[in-house]
Amino acid sequence: MAADHLTVSLSRRVTNGAMKALCTVAAVFASSMLLLLLGYVLVNGIRYVNWEFLTTLPKPLGEEGGGMANAFVGSFIMVGLASVWSIFVGIGTGVYLAEYAGQRTGPSIRFIADVLTGMPSVVIGIFGYAMLVVPMGTFSALAGAFSLGVITLPIIARTTEENLRLVPRELREASLALGIQRWRTIVSIVVPTAGAGLTTGAMIVVARAMGETAPLIFTALGNRFWAESLTSPTAALTLNIFQYAVSPYDQWHQQAWAASFFLLAIVLVLNVGARALAGQALRR
Amino acid sequence: MVWPADLTRRATFGRRHLASGLPDAISQGSSSSLQQREHPAPPGLLAPSRSGERLGDRVFRYGVLLLALSVPILVVALLISMLLQAAPALGRFGLAFLWSSSWNPVTEEFGVLPAIYGTVVSSVIALLIAVPVGIAGAIFLVEFSPPILSRALSVLIELLAAIPSVVIGLWGLLVLVPALEPIQLALGSAVGFIPLFSGPPLGIGMLAAGLVLAVMVLPIITAVVRDILQAVPRSQHEGMLALGATHWETISRVVLPYGRNGIVGATILGLGRALGETLAVTMVIGNTYQISPSLFAPSTTLASLVASQFREADSALYLSALVGAGLVLFVIAVLVNVIARLLVWQVNSRGLSPSTGGA
Repeated sequence: MAADHLTVSLSRRVTNGAMKALCTVAAVFASSMLLLLLGYVLVNGIRYVNWEFLTTLPKPLGEEGGGMANAFVGSFIMVGLASVWSIFVGIGTGVYLAEYAGQRTGPSIRFIADVLTGMPSVVIGIFGYAMLVVPMGTFSALAGAFSLGVITLPIIARTTEENLRLVPRELREASLALGIQRWRTIVSIVVPTAGAGLTTGAMIVVARAMGETAPLIFTALGNRFWAESLTSPTAALTLNIFQYAVSPYDQWHQQAWAASFFLLAIVLVLNVGARALAGQALRR
Repeated sequence: MVWPADLTRRATFGRRHLASGLPDAISQGSSSSLQQREHPAPPGLLAPSRSGERLGDRVFRYGVLLLALSVPILVVALLISMLLQAAPALGRFGLAFLWSSSWNPVTEEFGVLPAIYGTVVSSVIALLIAVPVGIAGAIFLVEFSPPILSRALSVLIELLAAIPSVVIGLWGLLVLVPALEPIQLALGSAVGFIPLFSGPPLGIGMLAAGLVLAVMVLPIITAVVRDILQAVPRSQHEGMLALGATHWETISRVVLPYGRNGIVGATILGLGRALGETLAVTMVIGNTYQISPSLFAPSTTLASLVASQFREADSALYLSALVGAGLVLFVIAVLVNVIARLLVWQVNSRGLSPSTGGA
């Protein structure tokens, strides 16, 4: 019996091998380029990191040294405030979507949340400007926290909903059968059961807020000194990186690299932490 | 944002066994058959008779309803506030605002055509690079890569999607742009007669913006396409292989057609991200208000126009025109996102029920 018709023709084998190689090259190219970017920022950034950078205010242009202490504090304050309100409202929204929403309200709120998630951050910035900066007559950390929260709110809401839906129905039924009220069931049984997922989502969202710049241009504005209060212009790491990077001064470029190092470190630690938490929960 | 939800879902899946830590009376009912699917609380299950609802329950129900309503309220407020602010400019220029190409704060004449052009062209450049590489990379991850490598690369890709855009912009401006200059110089002197490659080799410009955007959307496209390819039922694969097809024939004739809508959806999702991306583009595109056929020419996008000029807007009409540009971006972003989500959803719902997947 001739084996000819049982073997795959040469051209088909060559095509198969060539396409496999092409896909491999694409994957190697993509991951190595991205890895290179990551490595470059981290390695280049750490060279300019020092204690002074973390603890002092920016020096006037032309003077050596200086740091970004105010920008670190500003970023943490704004991201903190944004997280507090958007996680509170977002989890509430997620609870509503997963536990209460009907056939009509559920899909529409879900859809609107998804549209808000895809909104360009510059649009959110204009919104924050119109809602808080114009009425208050000043750029402020509050306005910055508001617009950062608008960005994170829909993400939190959808993450919460998805995770609550994974909680077995039997848990709810058992709790209700014991005569526990419905709200108490949700607060004490359903939400804690989804706790790891919610924490993971919150960490990722905080990382996202840390890295946002565009909304802050319109709301927090930036500041070379300490902000006097929550209602005065406030510095942020991302704003400083932007401003320093587009300047023509080498010294400012170095500071932008250093700030990028810290920003990237914070973002990566939060993301890796979230991943580790998810993995740990998976093993349990 | 496809991946955070995915990740957190894994976290809660893992937490399922928490049930065993609860008192026996609560946990005993859970049957293993239910572990396989999601557990939505069907309307009505947790809501017995409304009339018998206790005070605490009612307060809680209205409370979360109020919180949930904040999302639509925010979107409506966003739309209204932008319309109000853009009204003076839109009223003065009408639809000509869309196709006029002057942007002159002194004479107060505004039109956003060059910004729309820059937005579209820079995004298209990004997609031309990121879509083929992303799809090929995703095919590698799902079909060819050993599982361990696949998992490691997936984590890497998801981490890279989290890099703040301002950091990518910094890298683009201080590393990529200087590297582009000699390449542009060489291309310009070799084939500079082609309009695409004419113009001064500044580094900064449309090409740099497209490349930076490609770096930003590549992880998103790869991650989404990977999820879609994974949703292709195993049986489709096996049937094709059993017929004697090679691995690549299986991919090109069964796997890719099966996920076609989802891949288009992923592309549009990437497009949505590229269109609205602000900082990284603002830093490398040069912010010059012109329509030039050259890839090397500095240009501007809707987002970078607003971001770079907002602080300089000294008249009411100027500010209004900038918000108008933001409004155009708003409309484009909503359209693009709606289309992308519809396509991705279609695939996901099909992927979950293989019986309707039909060969």
